[in-house]
Amino acid sequence: MSETNKTDAVEDAAGKAAIPQQASAPEGGSAEREVLLRVTGLTKHFPIKKGLLQRQVGAVKAVDGIDFEVRKGETLGVVGESGCGKSTMGRVITRLQDPTSGTIEFEGRDITRLSTGKMRPMRRDVQMIFQDPYGSLNPRHTIGSIVSAPFRLQGVEPEGGVKKEVQRLLELVGLNPEHYNRYPHEFSGGQRQRIGIARALALKPKLVVADEPVSALDVSIQAQVVNLMDDLQEELGLTYVIIAHDLSVVRHVSDRIAVMYLGKIVELADRNSLYEAPMHPYTKALMSAVPVPDPKRRGTKSERILLRGDVPSPIAPPSGCRFHTRCWKATEICKTTEPQLLELKPGQRVACHHPENFADQAPQDTVLLTAAKEASELVGEAVLEESAETSAAVAAEVAAAEPAEAAEEASVEAEVSEAELETAEEPESEEPEATAEAPETDSQESTDK
Amino acid sequence: MSKLEKAALGEPATDVAAPSDAQDAFLSVRDLRIHFNTDDGLVKSVDGVSFDVRRGQTLGIVGESGSGKSVTSLGVMGLHRAANATVSGEVWLDGQELIGADPDEVRRLRGRKMAMIFQDPLSAMHPYYKVGTQIVEAYRVHNKVSKKVARTRAIEMLDRVGIPEPAKRIDGYPHEFSGGMRQRAMIAMALVNNPELLIADEPTTALDVTVQAQILDLIRDLQKEFGSAVIMITHDLGVVAEIADDVLVMYGGRCVERGPVGEIFDQPQHPYTWGLLGSMPRIDRDTADRLIPVKGSPPSLINVPSGCAFHPRCPYADLPKGNVTRTVRPELEQVEGGHWSACHLSAEDRTRIWTEEIAPKL
Ligand SMILES: Nc1ncnc2c1ncn2[C@@H]1O[C@H](COP(=O)(O)OP(=O)(O)OP(=O)(O)O)[C@@H](O)[C@H]1O
Ligand SMILES: Nc1ncnc2c1ncn2[C@@H]1O[C@H](COP(=O)(O)OP(=O)(O)O)[C@@H](O)[C@H]1O
Ligand code: SF4
Ligand code: SF4
Ligand SMILES: [Mg+2]
Ligand SMILES: [Mg+2]
Repeated sequence: MSETNKTDAVEDAAGKAAIPQQASAPEGGSAEREVLLRVTGLTKHFPIKKGLLQRQVGAVKAVDGIDFEVRKGETLGVVGESGCGKSTMGRVITRLQDPTSGTIEFEGRDITRLSTGKMRPMRRDVQMIFQDPYGSLNPRHTIGSIVSAPFRLQGVEPEGGVKKEVQRLLELVGLNPEHYNRYPHEFSGGQRQRIGIARALALKPKLVVADEPVSALDVSIQAQVVNLMDDLQEELGLTYVIIAHDLSVVRHVSDRIAVMYLGKIVELADRNSLYEAPMHPYTKALMSAVPVPDPKRRGTKSERILLRGDVPSPIAPPSGCRFHTRCWKATEICKTTEPQLLELKPGQRVACHHPENFADQAPQDTVLLTAAKEASELVGEAVLEESAETSAAVAAEVAAAEPAEAAEEASVEAEVSEAELETAEEPESEEPEATAEAPETDSQESTDK
Repeated sequence: MSKLEKAALGEPATDVAAPSDAQDAFLSVRDLRIHFNTDDGLVKSVDGVSFDVRRGQTLGIVGESGSGKSVTSLGVMGLHRAANATVSGEVWLDGQELIGADPDEVRRLRGRKMAMIFQDPLSAMHPYYKVGTQIVEAYRVHNKVSKKVARTRAIEMLDRVGIPEPAKRIDGYPHEFSGGMRQRAMIAMALVNNPELLIADEPTTALDVTVQAQILDLIRDLQKEFGSAVIMITHDLGVVAEIADDVLVMYGGRCVERGPVGEIFDQPQHPYTWGLLGSMPRIDRDTADRLIPVKGSPPSLINVPSGCAFHPRCPYADLPKGNVTRTVRPELEQVEGGHWSACHLSAEDRTRIWTEEIAPKL
């Protein structure tokens, strides 16, 4: 699942040659891989009804306009705080729920509005693994009948018979095939999750969407399941979408990662770009909040970004950028104009007017919102300094790659972004013109192609 | 000579009596045993656990689910009153023994001298009463003040824990709060009497990292201000590294390793501790090729494996000579200073395995 593993797989493949193609794509190869699933403008709103007449009075905008694609053989990780719409997204892309709008294409075919009947053959290719290893297995059914259910539902008779195939699957996920006639309660959490995985793999799916597959498990058991999913991906050439709130797990398993906030994708990038140089302030805040298992690094509060309060309600999300109520960089434009998800660096898409580790996208807008000033009190000093430095450095880099005149403007802009952080309160006198945006727009277009 | 080698040459001490620093401990737990009589047999949830916590210090207790963390903390709080529970051992709080004490006396200490934040905030807050009412009551039980004064105090506490508009939210019901807010309200309730001992049982497990960071920060600040002793129970080694001064690793109802946080991460001695460290994906390191899980599943607490309870899952079970690992239960032995570990492996083997086999893979 991780790049390192894939590189290993390539080496192994030289000897064994049995490893499926997709799984052995080399590092950085994800860009060239074929698109398996493409999601465009996807929304899922849950109506809120009230009164006798059950009039609709509003909607929970669980997923509110997201675009992404999943490439063959890769693992796309999806992270975000509770309630940001991860599970809903998972259920909609597997068509367990109908989207409100938008399209879902699987292998180039639009499956958004397929009827249940037409969807049936599709169901074999797309499977879901659920969060709760306790709740997702029927306690009255034996393991054998649980894992063989997909064959019955699809009317498929595997080679050698159902029982033999189920036993093979149980063995594949590291369970004793003799446990065929046992019941879920006789198994531990980790074993139950393996049963869920065996069931999901029964019909040899192409895409597996796993919603928090390990979060209910203890770390030691979690590692068993992570390694298992990793091995299965290599063996069977699976493509994964793994939804999780644990950023360490997601980093370990993913090739690319989508960060969600209030029903939107705010950043979508290669694993390494995202963890080494996150561009969305929210991504950065999320990552800084993960406790590092190294007591020597304790007390480095200056590297921390604490977010104030809770995620706002998805019923009435904030205007403009949804993060503006908690963001320490928010300016007027963040309140009024929704930032688009743009590919600012190759392989890194971000929706922010004032990204981290990159040139400002709205440098003319320098006056922080009052809430942002309050929020910045909870941002470690080291973060502010580093953020100013890296933004300036990146801006200079971008500028260097551009024609001379553009470069001049960009470097002015870089200085501003540095100054802006020091004297954030006062509006800048030397506001650069909107043309300073040009270099980024260019680079965005060139990488988009 | 390394510290470990030195320890290996000396007579290993055995930890049945008090560790050295017991005198200045605010809380001392000695040989705590909590067993439950059930239809399936006797559940030895906690089976001989000892530790100390000083004022201003934080003890982190880690271990997988079912290892006895919550039962231990409820035992310290004197909350095992079930007819099927047997509690033995000693719990000394500020010089006063609690296990043999009058239950009414222990009740008086609870909420004032010691307080607990529970794993599940809904179990600690009553769903039918306003959040504010519950905090006010918790304060008035131990302080003879008017409702008005108590209310002001409750608002102040809600504000401290970061509830926005506390004067308004104080009249809300628990179900009207989000998970994170509920957890914070419960912390406000636990802290309203400035307890000298705070036990937090997985206070952040159900929460997002962003809220977790807020809450850990809060606990740290309050501890600094009041010099409280804190026990932080968690299964997240990241949280432990962040907040604990000492760590106690539990396995199958017993302590398998205990020591200062730096040593537990730098020179862990017990194969189970190695297993925990190897299982954990790390955000601060280059991604390892593979995680190193602990094989198998947690032990039964009714039929605890013979000898070392970890032996069915331990990759090194065959290393100590003879069949000792399967027949003799290892006692905690002093590695050095406050660092203790319960394993039959020789100190040389432990040092070698950790430095050559485990540490390089983390
Ligand atoms: N059937 C439903 N009816 C109404 N609202 C719903 C429904 N399902 C989900 N929601 C709401 O949609 C939002 C997104 O929910 P979702 O379960 O996708 O979150 P999530 O990101 O998976 O969170 P978690 O990390 O807690 O699992 C939440 O506000 C949730 O309450
Ligand atoms: N009242 C009870 N009766 C019987 N068994 C119990 C009781 N409370 C806890 N246990 C058992 O004690 C063991 C330890 O539980 P606990 O301390 O809650 O674990 P954790 O380390 O996850 O907090 C578990 O096996 C649990 O089932
Ligand atoms: S800087 Fe503005 S656009 Fe970017 S995350 Fe903050 S509020 Fe949103
Ligand atoms: S005593 Fe034996 S089984 Fe137990 S941890 Fe040590 S080596 Fe492993
Ligand atoms: Mg979910
Ligand atoms: Mg517990």
